Amino acid sequence: MPGCDTTLPEESTVRMTNTRQDGSPIAETVLSLRGISKNFGAISALTGIDLDIGAGEVVALVGDNGAGKSTLVKILAGVHRPSAGTIAFRGKDVTLSDPSAALALGIATVFQDLALCDNLDVVANIFLGKELQPLRLDEVSMELRAWKLLNELSARIPSVRVAVASLSGGQRQTVAIARSLLLEPRLILLDEPTAALGVAQTAEVLDLIERVRDRGLGVIMISHNMADVRAVADRIVVLRLGRNNGVFHADASDHDLIAAITGASDNSVSRRSGRRQAGQTLS
Amino acid sequence: MTTGDTGAPLLDRGDERVKQQDSVGGSIRAFLGRVRTGDLGSLPVVVGLAMIWTVFQSLNPVFLATNNLVNLLFDCSTVGVISLGIVCILMVGEIDLSVGSVSGFASAMVGVLWVNLGWPVWLAIPAAMAVGAAIGLLYALLLNRLGMPSFVSTLAGLLAVLGMQLYILGASGSINLPYGSDMVNFGQSLFIPHILAYVFAALAGAAMFAAGVRTAARRRQAGLSAQSMKSLLLRTGALTLLLEAIVSYLNQDRGIPWMFGFFVGLTVAMNYALTRTQWGRSMTAIGGNREAARRAGIDVNLIYTSAFVACSVLAAIGGVLSSARLASASQQAGTGDVNLNAIAAAVIGGTSLFGGRGSAYSALLGIIVIQSIASGLTLLDLSSSLRYMITGAVLAIAVIVDSLARRSRVSHGRA
Repeated sequence: MPGCDTTLPEESTVRMTNTRQDGSPIAETVLSLRGISKNFGAISALTGIDLDIGAGEVVALVGDNGAGKSTLVKILAGVHRPSAGTIAFRGKDVTLSDPSAALALGIATVFQDLALCDNLDVVANIFLGKELQPLRLDEVSMELRAWKLLNELSARIPSVRVAVASLSGGQRQTVAIARSLLLEPRLILLDEPTAALGVAQTAEVLDLIERVRDRGLGVIMISHNMADVRAVADRIVVLRLGRNNGVFHADASDHDLIAAITGASDNSVSRRSGRRQAGQTLS
Repeated sequence: MTTGDTGAPLLDRGDERVKQQDSVGGSIRAFLGRVRTGDLGSLPVVVGLAMIWTVFQSLNPVFLATNNLVNLLFDCSTVGVISLGIVCILMVGEIDLSVGSVSGFASAMVGVLWVNLGWPVWLAIPAAMAVGAAIGLLYALLLNRLGMPSFVSTLAGLLAVLGMQLYILGASGSINLPYGSDMVNFGQSLFIPHILAYVFAALAGAAMFAAGVRTAARRRQAGLSAQSMKSLLLRTGALTLLLEAIVSYLNQDRGIPWMFGFFVGLTVAMNYALTRTQWGRSMTAIGGNREAARRAGIDVNLIYTSAFVACSVLAAIGGVLSSARLASASQQAGTGDVNLNAIAAAVIGGTSLFGGRGSAYSALLGIIVIQSIASGLTLLDLSSSLRYMITGAVLAIAVIVDSLARRSRVSHGRA
C-alpha cells in the first residue's frame, strides 16, 4: 500500500476507535480548507468553508440542492478557483489553478457521470490520457497494472479487455475509481458514487470506498443517501446555503442530520417521519 | 487448453465468468459470437465483395481477368488515399465533405506550379500538400474557436475550394502533365518487380508472426494469457498464403502498381498510428465520449486539428495521385462522385459514421468494393446514370448495416 505508513501509531489507535465527532484531525491531515469562499457574480455559492480530511478517513459531504457541495468539489478538482480562503495540502498552502494541477498534487476526482469512454476497453479507459509509451503503446504493462489496481480493490471485473459498455453500473464505478487511483493520489473525491446504482452494486461500491480508505487515502464523498453516508463515513460534514452547518459522527440521529441539512428542526422530512412514527408508536 | 501450462492461474483468467477462447476452435467460436452481437468488423465487406465479384464475373468473364484487376488497383489507390483521411475524421466523430474539392485543387496546383510556372515537381507536390494542410487547419479553427459544425464548414469548403480550383486553372480549364515524367509514370506504368512483390508479401507475414511471438512471450512472462503458437502460425500462415496467391495472380499480368503499394503502405502506417499510439487512442476516445476524453486530460482541440489536417493532406495526396493517373489536371478532377466514393468506402469498410469505431483497413476494403462496382458496371456498358444509382444504393446499404450493427452492439453490451 503506497504512502499510508506515515501514520503515527498512537494516532492510528485513536483512529481505530473511530468515535470522535468533534471534527479534530484524527490522523495526518491530507487537506485542510480555511475560509473558502466562492462567488459567481452576485451569488455567494460558498462562504467561509472550513474542512479537514485526514489520511485514511472518509468524510461525507451532505447538503440540500444548492448547498454548494458540487462547487466545493469543483474547487478541489481545480475546475473552479476560490474567491477567498486558503487550501493546504499535506501542510503546504497550494493553488489549484486547473484540473491537471490538482491531479499532479494527488487529488483525484471521480465525477458523477464517471466520464468513461464506452467504446474503449477497461485498460484503455484506466490509462486514458496517461498511456505508457505514447509512440508504441505498452499494452502488456498497462494490462498488468490495470489488473493490479483492480485486484487491490478486490474488484470483480471479469476481463479488462471488454468494452466498458458491457459492464454493469457498479463495475463501471469500479473502473472509474481504479482510474482515479492510477496516479497514486492522496485524496479522492467521489461525486454521488451510488446515485445510479442498485442495492447490490451500492454495497459493492461502499466496500470499495472502505478499501480505498484502508489504503490510507483521504476520501471525500458527496451523497444524498443518508444510509450510504452512515455506512462508510467517519465524519459527516453538512453544508447549507454555502456555509458549514455542523459536523456529525456517523451515528448521529437522522433528526439532527436532517435538521442541519434543511436548517430547521421543523421541516417537511421530520414532519413526515413524525407522522409515520405516530402511526407505529410501539416499534 | 493450449495456454496456462505453468500451473499458476493466469492473472486475466482468474474469473470463471470469462469464456476461455485461446485455442483455435475457441477463437472461431469467439468470432461467431462477436458477429452475432453486432461486432461485425470487416465481415459485411468481405461477404459483399464476394457477392459483387460473383455477380459481375458471371455477367462478364473479363471482370476477374488480371488486366482488369490491375487497372482496378490503379483506380483504388487514388480515391483510397482520400478515404484514409475520411477514416481519420470519422474516428473523432466529425466529417469532411470537401475532400473531393481539396483533391481537385491539389491536382490543379501541381499542374499550374509544375507545368505552367515551371516549378520542380518535388516542390509542387509538397506545396499542394501544404495548402491541403492549411485548409484542414481552417476547418479545425472554425470548429474549435467558433463551434462551427464540420458538416457546415466543409460543405462551404466544398464550394469555395472548387472555386479556387477553377480560378487557378483559368480559361483553358485543363493542364496536361508531361508523359514520360516520373510522376505520370508512377500513376500509369510503374509496377513492383514480380520477385519483389513476392518478397513483400512474405515479409508482411513474417513481420506479423514475429510481432505476435514477441507479444505472446511478453504476455506469458507477465502472467497474462497469450495467443497459442498454433493459432498464431495458422493465422499468419493463412494470411501469407492469401497475399502470395494474390501477388502470383496479378503477376501473370503487369503485376502490382507501385501506386497501390504506396496506398497499402499508407494504410499500414495509419493502422499503426490509430491502434498503437497515444494519438490514435485519443482519437478513438474523443469519437466515443468527447467530454470524458477532455476530463482525462486529452487536448481535444489539438486532436481535432490533427484529424482535420491529416484528412485534408491525404485528400491532397489523393488528388496528386489522380492527376498522375490521368496525366492531367482539369476542372473535372475531384468533382462528381469522388467525395461520396471516399466517404462511402470508409463506411462500407466498417468505419462508423457515429465516431469512435473504425480501422485504416476499412478504407482499403471499402474502396475495393466501390471500384469493383464501378469497374463491373463500366464493363457492362451501363450508363453513368445507373452507376450513380447503384453506388448510392450500396452506400445506403452500408450505412444501414452500420446502424443496425450499432443498435445490436448496444443491446448486447458492446460499444
